[in-house]
Amino acid sequence: MPIRLVARQTHSRLMTWLTPIMALVLSLIAGSIVFSLLGYPPLTSLYTFFLAPISDLYGVSELIIKAAPLAMIAVGLSMGFRANVWNIGAEGQLTIGAVVGSALPIYFPESGNALMLPAMLVLGVLGGMAWASIPAFLKTKMNTNEILTSLLLVYVAVLVLSTLVHGPWRDPGGFNFPESVVFQDAALVPGILSGTRLHGGTIIALLVVLSVWILFSRSVAGFQVRVAGLAPSAARYTGIHFNRMVWYVLLGAGGLAGLAGIIEVAGPIGQLQPIISPGYGFSAIIVAFLGRLHPIGILFASLVLALSYLGGEFVQIKMGLPLGIAGVFQGMLLFFLLASDVLINYRVEWRTSRTFGRAGTE
Amino acid sequence: MSATDYLLSMQGITKAFPGVVANDSIDFEIAEGNIHALLGENGAGKSTLVKIIYGYYSADAGTMYWQGEPVKVSSPAHARQMGIGMVFQHFSLFDAMTVRENIELAVTSRKKGLELADEIRSVSDTYGLELDPDRDVFSLSVGERQRVEIVRCLLQSPKLLIMDEPTSVLTPQEADKLFAVLRRLADQGCAVLYISHKLEEIRILCHQATILRQGKVVTRCDPTQVGTQELAEMMIGKSLKPPTSNAKETGEVVFSVRSLSRSAENERNISLKDISFDVCASEVFGIAGVAGNGQTELMGMLSGEVLADQESTVSINNVDCGRVGVQARRNLGMASVPEERLGHGVVGNMSLTENVFLSGHKKYDLSRNLLMHFSNARTYSQKICDEFDVRHSGIHVDASSLSGGNLQKFLMGREILQYPAVMIASQPTWGIDAGSQAAIHQSLLNLAENGAAVVVISQDLDELMALCDRISVMFAGQLSESYSVSSLTAQTIGLLMGGARIEVSQDVENAN
Repeated sequence: MPIRLVARQTHSRLMTWLTPIMALVLSLIAGSIVFSLLGYPPLTSLYTFFLAPISDLYGVSELIIKAAPLAMIAVGLSMGFRANVWNIGAEGQLTIGAVVGSALPIYFPESGNALMLPAMLVLGVLGGMAWASIPAFLKTKMNTNEILTSLLLVYVAVLVLSTLVHGPWRDPGGFNFPESVVFQDAALVPGILSGTRLHGGTIIALLVVLSVWILFSRSVAGFQVRVAGLAPSAARYTGIHFNRMVWYVLLGAGGLAGLAGIIEVAGPIGQLQPIISPGYGFSAIIVAFLGRLHPIGILFASLVLALSYLGGEFVQIKMGLPLGIAGVFQGMLLFFLLASDVLINYRVEWRTSRTFGRAGTE
Repeated sequence: MSATDYLLSMQGITKAFPGVVANDSIDFEIAEGNIHALLGENGAGKSTLVKIIYGYYSADAGTMYWQGEPVKVSSPAHARQMGIGMVFQHFSLFDAMTVRENIELAVTSRKKGLELADEIRSVSDTYGLELDPDRDVFSLSVGERQRVEIVRCLLQSPKLLIMDEPTSVLTPQEADKLFAVLRRLADQGCAVLYISHKLEEIRILCHQATILRQGKVVTRCDPTQVGTQELAEMMIGKSLKPPTSNAKETGEVVFSVRSLSRSAENERNISLKDISFDVCASEVFGIAGVAGNGQTELMGMLSGEVLADQESTVSINNVDCGRVGVQARRNLGMASVPEERLGHGVVGNMSLTENVFLSGHKKYDLSRNLLMHFSNARTYSQKICDEFDVRHSGIHVDASSLSGGNLQKFLMGREILQYPAVMIASQPTWGIDAGSQAAIHQSLLNLAENGAAVVVISQDLDELMALCDRISVMFAGQLSESYSVSSLTAQTIGLLMGGARIEVSQDVENAN
């Protein structure tokens, strides 16, 4: 019995919010198949992956710690995605934000100035923006594809970080490990709940998401970004300067990724290391789409993706599965989401072969 | 002759699309060695008919005979196999490849490489189509690219060659060369189906003509025996209504365009050549012409979506604004309604309330401190819907849920209620119901009565005759002199639309 996809008159709002859940369910089903193929009991494995990590307060706090950078980066990316500007390089912007922000405690390790941390956060934002300004410049001046430039700059950024921690910024008293000095207290994001690693950065992330929500739904600039994404001709009609908008959304996303980066090193990590992010910048792309490019949706989606990181660590520790399983789940999630998104604009029709044959000879 | 004597014969071909019958029981035949013109205005059904011949569409009803045998062309590939070739208006070539590589990709022949290059050379020699197989396509002129397309068809030795408005992208010299090629082809027995709305070239090139209007065959004739004027009348019809009144007081020049030129960015654009006109207060100025003669390009430059090279080319109330964008022109009192409603004039996936933000910003105080002022926007969109009788199921619904007529009334209302000094509307009633059409016409006339200068770009002559005080015709990027509607006949306007130059003896307007 052949299946036909019939275009809908207007896109389905219900499906817009239903397909992320469908994707989640399909990922769970496909995940359990993967687990059983690997020879592990699927239900126990799923429990260990998805529920065990958040069965206590500490687990939940860890979940929030991981969700915070994801949400922050994803809302930044979502602005660009809405305007059809495809910044794939948040990981690089995160890295450079962390590097630039860390310069302060590394060069002034004794300073106890109260402005130390705020200044680091500002520098982190500026660092991320600077890194994002490269694809913005190339796109607006040279008509270069921002997908390629922003992505390739990720690897440059990671090498910059690596060069610094292996060389000039290496802790002299650190037994030659490629790490910077451990930041002094004044340069660390304070904790907010004893017994956990929960830190002030999570509150910043929440505030960022809420303000982007307001900015996006109520500000003229947010409106223009939405118009540009939905109908480029209408954007010209209303007088929006496309190039200026490319700059806004890339700088916005870069700044937020940079902020997420500096909060990571000044928060849970506490120093610069060669690897400061388990791929938050890339996972945030999944978060943005899973959250339907809507700040509140992104908030929930960031928790789902954070759980995949936690679960990956859990099955590694408890069951000896490779850490890559987290990536497999993230990949399946995005895959199923994009696949089921076809239902937003199309509905499925089942046809018997007889009517189908007639349709074919019309 | 009966159907069997023709190379291709079509009988009772009907094809309907939602809302419009594109081909209504068309009979059509073409014999070997004939150059046959398919003539008609845009929307007359020419493209649909040839797409049926070429296997893109299948007809709802009717039969097609190929060399006397009834056939059903299932796909363009099938059509090519049968010996039908088609050269499209827009080319499908890869810029980065050579001529030979491009042809190799499309031609299903076993010959490759040098052998194919030789064959290309021999075909181009035979028909006088100079072409170097090793040139890169990006380095070719538009005329040369068309030759690649033609050679590509000829390599399949077609019996019927369909040319879709081939000269629309050519210079007169290139067009002459093309005609020579087509004549040679016809001499060798190949039939050519030539689609055009350019009367002169049909008269000098074609042996026969079939004229379509509103999906029906109006008549068949021998274009060499019929005058251009007669052809024009047949194409346009004689249904032009005489203007009701044209003795109207007009005021000072409000909107003025001076020597506006722009070279085309690519082969799909039309270059604008030295366009000038003035529109006075309380006057409605019409721009007629077949689509694709530069109206879209002109509209962009009038509204400010595309900037002119010089400030002085466009001015509103004597303020030059050729180099400033849409917002600045709106601030000077301009409003515009683009041809495409959804996606250009309004955003389909946004509510009516959100859509008023697209242009109503300043007049209706829709933003404060960079935030959008939603309650003002709601009041404004409600006002539009009330005053312009927009039938809707709530101002919060997506604009795309409105019918064409209601959407256009909304769009028109949004612009008119900003009380513009200059209103530019492109195809204001294209494809909408009669009731909405009348309402929109009335609102434009009211706007002019209240002192605005109104420019209407339209392909609908009835509409222009009903609305305008003066009309100019656009052809190949040039704007004709303007004629007061009282002095216009269907003949004159048809000739102008077909690109003929006419000596005007009568009262060319010079009211200004």
